[in-house]
Amino acid sequence: MTASLGRAIGAVVIGTSAGGVEALSVLLPALPATFRSPVFIVLHLPRERPSLLVDIFRPRCARPVREAEDKEPVEDGTVYFAAPDYHLLIEEGPRLALSVDEPVHFSRPSIDVLFESAADLFGPRLLGIILTGGSEDGARGLEAVHRAGGVTVVQQPDTAQVPLMTQSAIKRSPVDLVLPLEEIAALLRTLDSDPS
Amino acid sequence: MTDTDFAIELQLLLDAIYLKYHYDFRGYAVASLRRRLRVAMNRFGCATLSQLQDKVVHDGTTFPALLDLLTVPVSDMFRDPSYFRALRERVVPLLRTYPSLKVWVAGCSTGEEAYSLAILLAEEKLLARTLIYATDINAQTLQKAEAGVYEVERLPGFTENHRRSGARSSLSNYYTAAYGRAVVDKTLKRHIVFSDHSLATDTVFAEVQLVSCRNVLIYFNRALQDRAIGLFHDALCRKGFLGLGAKESLRFSSHADAFVDLVREDRIFQKKDEASG
Repeated sequence: MTASLGRAIGAVVIGTSAGGVEALSVLLPALPATFRSPVFIVLHLPRERPSLLVDIFRPRCARPVREAEDKEPVEDGTVYFAAPDYHLLIEEGPRLALSVDEPVHFSRPSIDVLFESAADLFGPRLLGIILTGGSEDGARGLEAVHRAGGVTVVQQPDTAQVPLMTQSAIKRSPVDLVLPLEEIAALLRTLDSDPS
Repeated sequence: MTDTDFAIELQLLLDAIYLKYHYDFRGYAVASLRRRLRVAMNRFGCATLSQLQDKVVHDGTTFPALLDLLTVPVSDMFRDPSYFRALRERVVPLLRTYPSLKVWVAGCSTGEEAYSLAILLAEEKLLARTLIYATDINAQTLQKAEAGVYEVERLPGFTENHRRSGARSSLSNYYTAAYGRAVVDKTLKRHIVFSDHSLATDTVFAEVQLVSCRNVLIYFNRALQDRAIGLFHDALCRKGFLGLGAKESLRFSSHADAFVDLVREDRIFQKKDEASG
């Protein structure tokens, strides 16, 4: 059975590190061409190199995939990846905003930074998803999503390539749904038909 | 504390800072400001921004510490080596045509960017005719920039960046290392003027051939970005150059039409020649 949220979602944030490319390969191609919410993703990467994420995912997605640029207006149904060595935040507008503030949990971009700023802006209309990863980054961020009344989803740890990130998130605050990847993909497909 | 409360308190705090200390953060991008102020509330043991405001107004020691939290994103020497490589390959040949050069590093923080440019210009045999204005709003940071003292642990990263920027010499020619610290060479400092300047409240102070302002505008909202880019435009000579951060652009600015892309992937722009339209 597919889980359903039964409420309108205005934006989706996803955080992941080790094993993230494989996990996103299940989720992002599942987004239908009619998907309306913007999707913001932090995937930890080496800082010095340009990211290939857009090249990897663009041909496999029905929706546009871009690397985040400063003050870019957020477009519906677009997938934004945080750029290496910059935090990604969501500003009023909504617009994207970047920062080079200190790394958080040794990470820039940091999942916590993205999730906290998105929680400020979208509140209960935000869906936060934590996937496979070998860092504790994201746990505070998902807590912020929960506190702002948003929906929190974590990949089932025993299905994660590296479970630390999912376990840390589950330990830190109440999580609405703990699901294997295929069911998170199915959940995203239902968002499209949710009443807004 | 609700979101609306935070927004109200934020506005009051920024007004208080402006009225009392004449630092204008009212045009800063809210998302980063919020994050930094949450760190500050934690640091100063304040449950609300109003409590922080009370401390800022009545306790003279709080504001300098807060200013550091609000203004100091530390950079690296030769951060984004491809930017410096592009300057060498595409901008330096044009800079050579000027008998004397002025460069503005806006938002120089602790000086890494200004020294990187000075080293690059020294390697290209242009430093002797160059004056670099390195400006920032934080006087304490400017003192650090002027001192040019960096921890030796940072040198391997600086050296690797420098090498990848198309270095023509060894970075070690430009500093002296002792007691765990590296001090930037005086020959570079002679060509740099560090001074207090606010992109939010001050005006243009000189005509320059190159403005380098990287990862500073990301902290501004669009109105303040427009003001700053307007200052750069006014400061630049005919066909002068503007370098921004790797993920910054002029696309969303009202001055977008006043510049052309020179090296698009490294965010180097050239001011349009107004005479020819």
